[in-house]
Amino acid sequence: MTEYITLSFLLFTIGAVGVLVRRNAIVVFMCVELMLNATNLAFVSFARQHGNLDGQTAAFFVMVVAAAEVVIGLAIIVSIYRTRRSASVDEANLLKA
Amino acid sequence: MMLTVLALTPLVGALVLAFWPRSADPRSAKAVALLVSVVALVLAIVIALQYDPGAGYQFVEEREWIPAIGAHYALGLNGIGLTLVLLTTILTPLVILAAWGDRLPDPSRTNSYLAWMLALEGLAIGVFAATDVFLFYVLFEATLVPLYFLIGAYGGAGRSYAAVKFLIYNLVGGLLMLAAIVGLYALTAEAGEPSFLHSDLLGLEIGEGTERLLFLGFFIAFAIKAPLWPLHTWLPDAAASASASTSVLMVSIVDKIGTFAMIRWCLEIFPGASQWASPVVLILAVVSILYGALLAIGQDDLRRLIAFTSVSHFGFIILGIFAFTTLSTAGATLYMFNHGLSTAVLFLVTGMMIARRGSARISDFGGVQKVAPLLAGVLLIGGLSSLSLPGLAPFVSEFMVLAGTFTVSRPLAVAATLGIILAALYILLMYRRTMTGPLAPGSEGVRELDRREVAALAPAVVLIVALGFVPQPLLSVIEPALGPVVAAVSDGDPVPTHPVEAGASEGAHE
Amino acid sequence: MLELSWLLIAIPLAGAALLLLWGQRSDAFGHLIATAASAAAFVLGLVMFVELLGREADDRSVTSTLGTWIETARFHVEFAFTVDQLSSLFVLLITGVGTLIHVYSIGYMAHDERRRRFFAYLNLFVAAMLTLVLAADYLVLFLGWEGVGLASYLLIGFWQHKPSAAAAANKAFIMNRIGDVGMVIAIMTMFATFGTTSIAAVNGAVGDVSATTATALGLLLLLGACGKSAQVPLQAWLLDAMEGPTPVSALIHAATMVTAGVYLVVRSAGIYDASEVARTFVIVVGLVTLLVGAWIGCAKDDIKKVLAGSTMSQIGYMMLAAGLGPAGYAFAIFHLLTHGFFKANMFLGAGSVMHAMDDDVDMRHYGALRRAMPITFATFGLGYLAIIGFPGMSGFFSKDKIIEAALAHNLWIGLGAMIGAAITAFYMTRLMMMTFFGERRWRDRVHPHESPSVMTVPLIVLAALSVLGGALYLGNWIGDWLEPVAGHAEHHELPAPVIVIQLAVVALVAAGVALAVWLFRSDVPDTAPADTDVSILTRAGRHEIYTNEVNGVLAVFPVRYLTRFLVWLDARGIDGLVTGTADRIGEASQGLRATQTGYVRSYALGIFGGALVVVLGLLAVTLG
Repeated sequence: MTEYITLSFLLFTIGAVGVLVRRNAIVVFMCVELMLNATNLAFVSFARQHGNLDGQTAAFFVMVVAAAEVVIGLAIIVSIYRTRRSASVDEANLLKA
Repeated sequence: MMLTVLALTPLVGALVLAFWPRSADPRSAKAVALLVSVVALVLAIVIALQYDPGAGYQFVEEREWIPAIGAHYALGLNGIGLTLVLLTTILTPLVILAAWGDRLPDPSRTNSYLAWMLALEGLAIGVFAATDVFLFYVLFEATLVPLYFLIGAYGGAGRSYAAVKFLIYNLVGGLLMLAAIVGLYALTAEAGEPSFLHSDLLGLEIGEGTERLLFLGFFIAFAIKAPLWPLHTWLPDAAASASASTSVLMVSIVDKIGTFAMIRWCLEIFPGASQWASPVVLILAVVSILYGALLAIGQDDLRRLIAFTSVSHFGFIILGIFAFTTLSTAGATLYMFNHGLSTAVLFLVTGMMIARRGSARISDFGGVQKVAPLLAGVLLIGGLSSLSLPGLAPFVSEFMVLAGTFTVSRPLAVAATLGIILAALYILLMYRRTMTGPLAPGSEGVRELDRREVAALAPAVVLIVALGFVPQPLLSVIEPALGPVVAAVSDGDPVPTHPVEAGASEGAHE
Repeated sequence: MLELSWLLIAIPLAGAALLLLWGQRSDAFGHLIATAASAAAFVLGLVMFVELLGREADDRSVTSTLGTWIETARFHVEFAFTVDQLSSLFVLLITGVGTLIHVYSIGYMAHDERRRRFFAYLNLFVAAMLTLVLAADYLVLFLGWEGVGLASYLLIGFWQHKPSAAAAANKAFIMNRIGDVGMVIAIMTMFATFGTTSIAAVNGAVGDVSATTATALGLLLLLGACGKSAQVPLQAWLLDAMEGPTPVSALIHAATMVTAGVYLVVRSAGIYDASEVARTFVIVVGLVTLLVGAWIGCAKDDIKKVLAGSTMSQIGYMMLAAGLGPAGYAFAIFHLLTHGFFKANMFLGAGSVMHAMDDDVDMRHYGALRRAMPITFATFGLGYLAIIGFPGMSGFFSKDKIIEAALAHNLWIGLGAMIGAAITAFYMTRLMMMTFFGERRWRDRVHPHESPSVMTVPLIVLAALSVLGGALYLGNWIGDWLEPVAGHAEHHELPAPVIVIQLAVVALVAAGVALAVWLFRSDVPDTAPADTDVSILTRAGRHEIYTNEVNGVLAVFPVRYLTRFLVWLDARGIDGLVTGTADRIGEASQGLRATQTGYVRSYALGIFGGALVVVLGLLAVTLG
């Protein structure tokens, strides 16, 4: 049981570090997905451990949301790439004060 | 229903004007605004004629509004409220008439300019008539909206700074009052049913510390509005940036909400705390009187000068209120009415001067009396009423305030009396610099008043003179309403040390 | 008839309102309306006076109420007017002299395009002054008091295009306001003490209160009287007030308004009877002013300012008399009446001279006018004889009586008054010599001529009154008449027989006259010698004993600098505190702005960090 949680933790950490350090939007995006899937793994493991379906339901929700997010996220990245000829997140810094 | 109708008339008028076609002749919108304000005036006069001075709150309406917190839609007029409703409805038509020729930053927005004025009138009537503190609070804060736009969108140079300053000052006050209202809710809910009705709050048992805190919440809000030294600095900025008509609405009507509310919500609901605070408030009031007058002497901007004279006059009003005698509080209430009139004349007539000259600086004027004697005459009458010349309305009220205060505290009354010298200084120096001497270059263009302007000024001037000799119609309405207030905060007026029966010693010296 | 006293006020008030509201259409005949209104009031006053004469002595005070002014539970003021022995004399003086001056002004102001307005203000003044003297309540009296102040302000500043006139008007009003503070506080004290401000009630009951209160009342009223009557220390405005048209100086600043202070003291006899201290102050003020005014009169070259100094001095006599209590009240009023005649006469005469000299007021440019203006000379001369107290003239009786009463009260005060009489003779003779005698010192293009009859007739009437005014004293008529108001004058022991005193006064006067004749008999330079060339006394007199400078140091500069300081304080201190708070908040926001880098990863780090803190916090709570 602990192994699953450990794996989930490792995956989440890899994803989080990836989000923080990578510049390419696609890679950042994939790291976000990695984090989502890490939580899915944790959900399912805990559901298995407690013997109820709550965690599995949540995992399904996450998957649905992730799918929707991919659609919109990729669309945004593509449109940013089209206007800026780059998919680097550091160059999209219009929020800078 | 009368009061609802009265308050709704200008509000509906404002709504109509807001949707008035911009393509229509601008005069049609002005005519509508004037008509609506005159209808409101007629309604107010009808109410005044039906009013019975001895009978407490009248034209009462009471409906549940938000039962969960005990808020009511409750209106009612007593003598104090009636006086101020009359002031509001008398001044609004004059202000609209005077605003007829205002050059706005954006001329196509005349409709909304007038609409905001009417909206302000309706809300002010509501404030003076509200007998539920929650309703009062909502309307009190609502008056900020039209005034914010009137200053910020239709004023002169520096208008957005002034509007924001005005808004922030008043919102801070409003916030404190809101906190106090929540406190009242908690108290009434604890005692049984939550209620904000004036009549329910009167009998509320409040612990000493709580009462003082709640009192301060209300009082600071009203002292900012009134404005009392040292919370006054928003007023000169706002008056210097607003159009003359806006200044009249602001100083003559909306600022009166502060002093009006001190009587209704501070003295009546928190008598103990009012007594506790009165020594400090009286001193602040005297400081206001002298400080406002001295600063008025030092101003070079006509509008700032009038604003500072108002700080001084509000000092007199607050002095009268917190001296807790029948005479001084009645004088203070009458003062609210009279100050409204005299300040209206001053703001409007200087507004006309400023529009003609293109400058508000006193040093840009000179010798205007020669080219515009009527204008000079009206300025002089307005000025003389501001310095409380006997025979003009403010004298009666100022003397009542001073004489009433004198029976309570001689040093304070004597110090306040020094204000009459300073008043002569600020008015006469201003008059001398603008109106007398050789015609200053640039002042040739100051035309004489035209008919419309005379029509806007004459009613106020006539009232100032008439009330100077016959203040009794108002006094007889005001005084009975103050009986319960004074009874709540004092153990009765100080009696003369050697009373003389009137007429008893007629010709005793012979 | 006596109940109609309000009509006395209403008629000129209606005249003023009519002229002001009717506007330019009444330019052609406005002055006639005003004169008619004043004359009508005079006739009415005369009828009332005659009716009073026909009544019993104890039935001569009639108070009638027009209506209520202020009515509250504790405070009650009515528009009540009293016609009695004192007020009826004033009514006659105000409306009589007033009407003559109206007539005179028709000629004097003939070429002024704002003549209608001038007459409206004159009528306003008459109405206010009548309110002052008829009022049965101190607050109503104060209404008239301020009303005459307003009229005085408007008339001094009538030629508003002259900055000096506007400044003089302001000065008059503001200095009067200082006195008004005394009045207002006195009225408030009456209200707090007696619960009423009725003149009769207050004076009737003042004997019962503590001496402190009575003294306070007396001193406060005296402060008001000093302002209105240009007594030391509030005298400085009167000389400047000569900027007004000369008829105004005659009516307001000589005959009537400036004597209101004396009226107030006499009217408040009850208060002053109750306080020895207050009476002493009145005497001191009167004596000081009488000498100061005479001093200034000796040094000035401006004919109107000499007369103004003289007015101050003569009112000083009246104040002095009023301060003597019942022994002096009647004589104060007697001198007030005769002074009203001869001073109005002389002011109008001065106006006539100025009219002839192209409005030049410098006596050094006059000389030898007696031939050019015989009527003016004759009438002025009669006024002159009256003021110096030439035996048989009105001023002889009235001034002599005051000196006698003063001597009876205190030797030194009496001697002061006698010296004043000598100085009066000196400066008035100086004025006569410089104006009417000696050689011509006229400027070029000046052709003196006698004034039109519309101006000379009032002069003649007033000159006749100046001569005959002493008749009021026949058989002590005025003393008996005023006794019910002013109280009975006890007979006092004089330090010397009356005839000796009279002879001494006449001798002093003759000495003053002789000195002036000898000094100014000829070779008067037509430009004034420089300040450095004259004695220190003359220099001080020319500068009005430096009172303007004193006022400047004591009042004007402190207020000016206090005002500047407060303006600075308001912007920097009070408003600065508020705007400073706003600025600090703004600066703090500027600092926080740096955290917004715009990099996604820094926001993400923020989110992770925040999440971590929340999780750790939760763990800490649940585990700890």
